[in-house]
Amino acid sequence: MRTLRFLLQKEFRQIFRNRALLPVIFIAPMIQLLIMPLAADYEIKNINISIVDHDHSGYSRQLVSKISSSGYFVISDYGTSFNAAFQQFEKDKSDLILEIPLGFERNLVKENEQKLFIAVNAINGTKAMVGSSYLSRIIASYNADIRLEMTANPRMNPVPNIEVPSINRFNPYLNYPFFMVPGILCTLVTMIGVYMCALNIVKEKEVGTIEQINVTPIKKIHFILGKLIPFWVIGVFLFSVGLFIIAGVVYGIHPLGSIPLLYSFLFLFLIAVLGIGLLISTYSETQQQAMSIAFFFMMIFMLMSGLFTPVDSMPNWAIVIARLNPVTHFIEVVRMVVLKGSGFHDIKYHFLVMTGFALFFNSWAIWNYRKTA
Amino acid sequence: MRQFFAFVIKEFYHVFRDPKSMLMLFGMPIMLILLFGFALSNEIKNSKIVICDFAQDPASQRIIDKIEASKNFEIKKFLFDPRQIEQAFKEGNVKLVVVIPNHFNDDLLHLHKAQIQVIADASDPNTANTLTNYITNIVMDYQQEITPFNDLPQQIKTEIRMIYNPELKGTTNFVPGVMALVLLLVCVLMTSVSIVKEKEKGTMEVLLVSPMHPLMVVISKAVPYLFLSIVNLSVILLLSVFLLKMPINGSIGLLFFESSLLILTALSLGLLISNSAQSQQQAMLISLMGMLIPVLLFTGFMFPLENMPLPLQIIANVVPSKWYYIIVKSIMIKGLGLSAIWKETLILLGMTVFLLSVSINKFKIRLG
Repeated sequence: MRTLRFLLQKEFRQIFRNRALLPVIFIAPMIQLLIMPLAADYEIKNINISIVDHDHSGYSRQLVSKISSSGYFVISDYGTSFNAAFQQFEKDKSDLILEIPLGFERNLVKENEQKLFIAVNAINGTKAMVGSSYLSRIIASYNADIRLEMTANPRMNPVPNIEVPSINRFNPYLNYPFFMVPGILCTLVTMIGVYMCALNIVKEKEVGTIEQINVTPIKKIHFILGKLIPFWVIGVFLFSVGLFIIAGVVYGIHPLGSIPLLYSFLFLFLIAVLGIGLLISTYSETQQQAMSIAFFFMMIFMLMSGLFTPVDSMPNWAIVIARLNPVTHFIEVVRMVVLKGSGFHDIKYHFLVMTGFALFFNSWAIWNYRKTA
Repeated sequence: MRQFFAFVIKEFYHVFRDPKSMLMLFGMPIMLILLFGFALSNEIKNSKIVICDFAQDPASQRIIDKIEASKNFEIKKFLFDPRQIEQAFKEGNVKLVVVIPNHFNDDLLHLHKAQIQVIADASDPNTANTLTNYITNIVMDYQQEITPFNDLPQQIKTEIRMIYNPELKGTTNFVPGVMALVLLLVCVLMTSVSIVKEKEKGTMEVLLVSPMHPLMVVISKAVPYLFLSIVNLSVILLLSVFLLKMPINGSIGLLFFESSLLILTALSLGLLISNSAQSQQQAMLISLMGMLIPVLLFTGFMFPLENMPLPLQIIANVVPSKWYYIIVKSIMIKGLGLSAIWKETLILLGMTVFLLSVSINKFKIRLG
């Protein structure tokens, strides 16, 4: 025990003495947590639309004013030349073009039918879908308006009407940061844990100080614990600051579920993640190698975790990878406990899986760590 | 010049002798193309939902059949006790509950009015919103089916054409993003340690006392990564053309020119970090912790930039990959020439000159 205490003292001193490193560990992640959730917003608004109006009739003007008053669209230009509008399109100045053909009003009144032409910039498929469906909905509603005007006496034909009222559970105002803040917090804590732990041990190898430790009677387990505990403490500290100060005070997200439950999962997760860092460090000889490997896996961990894109939408082989990713489970559990107030019974499967990860990575790392260089 | 080549060769040896770092260097673009091409998408499908059908009549059955047929939904179970709904949400994987009330068909036939309640798990607002819309569309569809007359007067029809990406594939958006991500992050990461590593190991002394101009020492560090990044770029392009079937509509020469420009920007940034950092650990953490998430978000390929709050849109202008992403989209997808992207090109060029001059200024010939 005494050995461990001295080792811990050494590690903490090394970390806190490195003044240049402290802001990178403590401040950079928190600033990112403060800013990044605002950037990760899927809600699509302010769609720029170019309108090419060949008709210039009362109807076409009504339609245009209906579009501009909808709140979804910003009319970036209004003209009579499709080519001019298309140039705006190429420059990304507008996302949609609506072309109203000549004779729009006349054909509607005389022939009861008229086509409108819509061109959508579909490079971003999701945005294109949303934009064109908004526009179609506005046109349909305009269509209903003029029909109502036309048929002064609405026929008494009863049309069946099904209402679909919806309730948004857990987040009634569809607040996007609610979803992103816990996810980004989890990612940042994981990054700090993996990088710091992987780099730290390799640094001793590269600088040569590990030799000195290897020739002392310090046991393998003490050395490893001495390396893990400081980063475990830093991870818990960062998570708490992020959860209570940034998520709580700034974003107003207060955990609905039990805090001890959340923390017990965090404790377990950090052990697993530090195990990964340890494992990386036992396989690398230089800091550059450790960083390369850590970066490679961190990228997979982050992209496959369901942080930005839903896991359910992935193909089956990818879902398997996502399930083998500790970060997926961590983000899922934190979101469940914080946002929905899930209890132990709901997440016991994740506890089991995470215990498995923790045991697996740490025993592999300890097995692979050799005192003889 | 011969001395310079000797230095460049030395740097190449450093890279090639470290197979684990090489794995990252060349494995990363392949991995990202595979993930973004085949695993990740913004689409929402196979969402697990629960149905509470209290009506159990032909109309409710028809709607359930329609929901079941949609690839967006996977009906997980049927519940008949409203109290179990809350539990289903808390267990986590149920995204939406559809409640069809008693006498649904009767209400529809006699009162011409009925309700279907949708309860969504809005802890993920995007999914909740999208799924609610899907259900509403399915119900509207059904309503259309049972509407007695269809020939309405004054019909406005719309013809929608999806330009640049008619099949609405996610890869069209992701490939330029992945290119920006890989070129920027990998270059910055690898160069950021190059100088500080020599300082830390003490070999910098040797380099500085060599007869070569100190500036050349710095430049020779960047050359191998410029070369390797161009190899990387070619790999990404080959994969996207042959594996993801994404054509390059514009000029390939221009694309390579613009990419080299971004690589130079990244190398200058890496050299700047390397010159200012005191240890490898610090350089790595700055480039990893500091850059990964901001670059991922501010490039604009995961979340549209114009949706972000104004201050963030302004911050995004500092991220070189944002400009590069616009350039690549214009060349690869829209097939435009230099005349459309000269502004972005100039911005990248300006950034490169600025970063390079600062980092050369910071480079000290004397150590200690």
